Amino acid sequence: MFMRNFPTTIAALLLTACAIPSPAGKAPALGTPVSAAEVARWDISIGPDGAGLPPGGGTAREGQTVYEQKCIACHGVKGAGKPADALAGGIGSLASKTPVRTVGSYWPYATTLFDYVRRSMPIDKPLSLTSDEVYAVSAYVLFVNGIVGEDAQMNARSLPQVKMPNRDGFISDWPGRAAR
Amino acid sequence: MKRNDIHPEGPDAAVSDARSGPVSRRRGFIKRASALVAGGTVAVSAGAQDLAGQPWERVYGAPFAGYGQPSRFEQPVARVLGKPYGDLAAGTGAAATPLEMLEGIITPSSLHTIRSHSGTPDIDPKQHLLLLHGLLARPLGFSVDALLRYPMVTRTHFIECAGNSGRGLAPQPQQVSAGALHGLVSCSEWTGVPLRIVLEEAGLLPAAKWLLAEGADSAHMSRSIPLEKALDDAMLALYQNGERLRPEQGYPVRLMLPGWEGNMSVKWLRRLKATDGPVHTKDETSKYTDLLPDGRAEQFTFEMGVKSVITKPSSTMKLPRAGFYEISGLAWSGAGRIRRVEVTTDGGLTWADAALTGEERSRCLVRFRMPWDWAGRESLLQSRATDEKGQVQPGRHAWQAKYSPENRYHNNSIVSWGVGADGAVKHVYA
Repeated sequence: MFMRNFPTTIAALLLTACAIPSPAGKAPALGTPVSAAEVARWDISIGPDGAGLPPGGGTAREGQTVYEQKCIACHGVKGAGKPADALAGGIGSLASKTPVRTVGSYWPYATTLFDYVRRSMPIDKPLSLTSDEVYAVSAYVLFVNGIVGEDAQMNARSLPQVKMPNRDGFISDWPGRAAR
Repeated sequence: MKRNDIHPEGPDAAVSDARSGPVSRRRGFIKRASALVAGGTVAVSAGAQDLAGQPWERVYGAPFAGYGQPSRFEQPVARVLGKPYGDLAAGTGAAATPLEMLEGIITPSSLHTIRSHSGTPDIDPKQHLLLLHGLLARPLGFSVDALLRYPMVTRTHFIECAGNSGRGLAPQPQQVSAGALHGLVSCSEWTGVPLRIVLEEAGLLPAAKWLLAEGADSAHMSRSIPLEKALDDAMLALYQNGERLRPEQGYPVRLMLPGWEGNMSVKWLRRLKATDGPVHTKDETSKYTDLLPDGRAEQFTFEMGVKSVITKPSSTMKLPRAGFYEISGLAWSGAGRIRRVEVTTDGGLTWADAALTGEERSRCLVRFRMPWDWAGRESLLQSRATDEKGQVQPGRHAWQAKYSPENRYHNNSIVSWGVGADGAVKHVYA
């Protein structure tokens, strides 16, 4: 599991003794302590188990409004794509001669939707959407792929439980070639 | 000319001119100097001397520049810009190094390949902070000034985008330059702080197995990195080819993961989070995964495969006449050193070992060369690299058989240049 809700102060108390000592070469140790509250403002990554997902939620019905205001110009009607990447369609096409990779057909985890939309989108104004908006527009992208219903509430509990069609489609190469 | 004519304002004036000197005074000096030279030319004619000397030998040269630029006659040497989204997102895409216009091993910083997901951020180093947190004994922040005080290492490594040579998979061979096809690879001398030092300062917990690395660009591009690599040869790079990183290379600090997919060497590094597993970010699921024929995809294929390409002669060039040419090219492997590069000029009927330069370096470009007497007949040029692990660069058909027709990542297959009887060099599939 990831460090969600892990009390940093307790971790520090418990683990100072376990800290690996400095290597033989000398180093100046110039890192400055950062508070848990400050770390929380920086930590925008969401683990596949949902670690890091904030409070809030939204449905595809709510997300359609966000999508049509802020996403449709690049990603097309219902995620059809053009000029930017298609977000919907292609489910079942991956083994064909003309595979179509979209959120619906290819992405293994729904949590990546929240992570990516929040950190990078809209491309001209990242970090601008509210948590409710990110949940809602994530729900909308899942809905146009037929993965969740229009009124399904996506939140910190439900989003990690969404089973993506290609969840089992990846083979990890680590440790693979690098270890050989 | 007397010495005073050369430095009418004294040597100090020339130094202060370096960036924003008093232009009017300098122009006045140039006029005076030109008048002197013109007078001299007249005198030479009158004296019936016939001394060799180009026009630029008969005028005073340009003053010092604070930051040097290439000759104006080298203007065509430039990166090939790829903008898949056009002006909608002009900083999203990649710029390729013009490999065929360069020699040696080091790529000039101004021509280093670029891959950016949301353009180049304009980062004030005084405001930039690198945060280490997660499964660490204590979260720590590092200013850039702090990082600059750590002991450093200097190493020469290539960086190759996992999507390099994707254009070599188009249905028909594209008749573009070697750089346009294969130039998402470059090589620099990198100087920075071993990542291990700051990780140990923060105190890795036993449960920590991976690091999530994140950039401070507006994409906040992020990748998960196995701790083994972070503790092995990973570097927080601050300098490239002796100077601070260029903005498009991650100024003020980037990760440098020798031999691994280029975008894992996260630029504009703002955060490292120790985790017990990969985060499965967009750029390690939706992108940078390698689709197989059966519809499954390989993920976390970090290491760049053994590879080579002949840069001279190469696609779009023309050999003016039969005779001697030197075949020259680049080879590299994410697994370590290059042991051998073989070259064929007859499409693989016979192979010969090329001479190598730089093969003592690991995960670094190697320059290979082979003399070639071109008889003026149709020829097929290929190169095949072998690395110290014994991995051999695959042929095109063998490589394609492994992947889905749509996969564009990790194409390290053998590159073929066809030379016609007229000397025209074309990109061919063989």
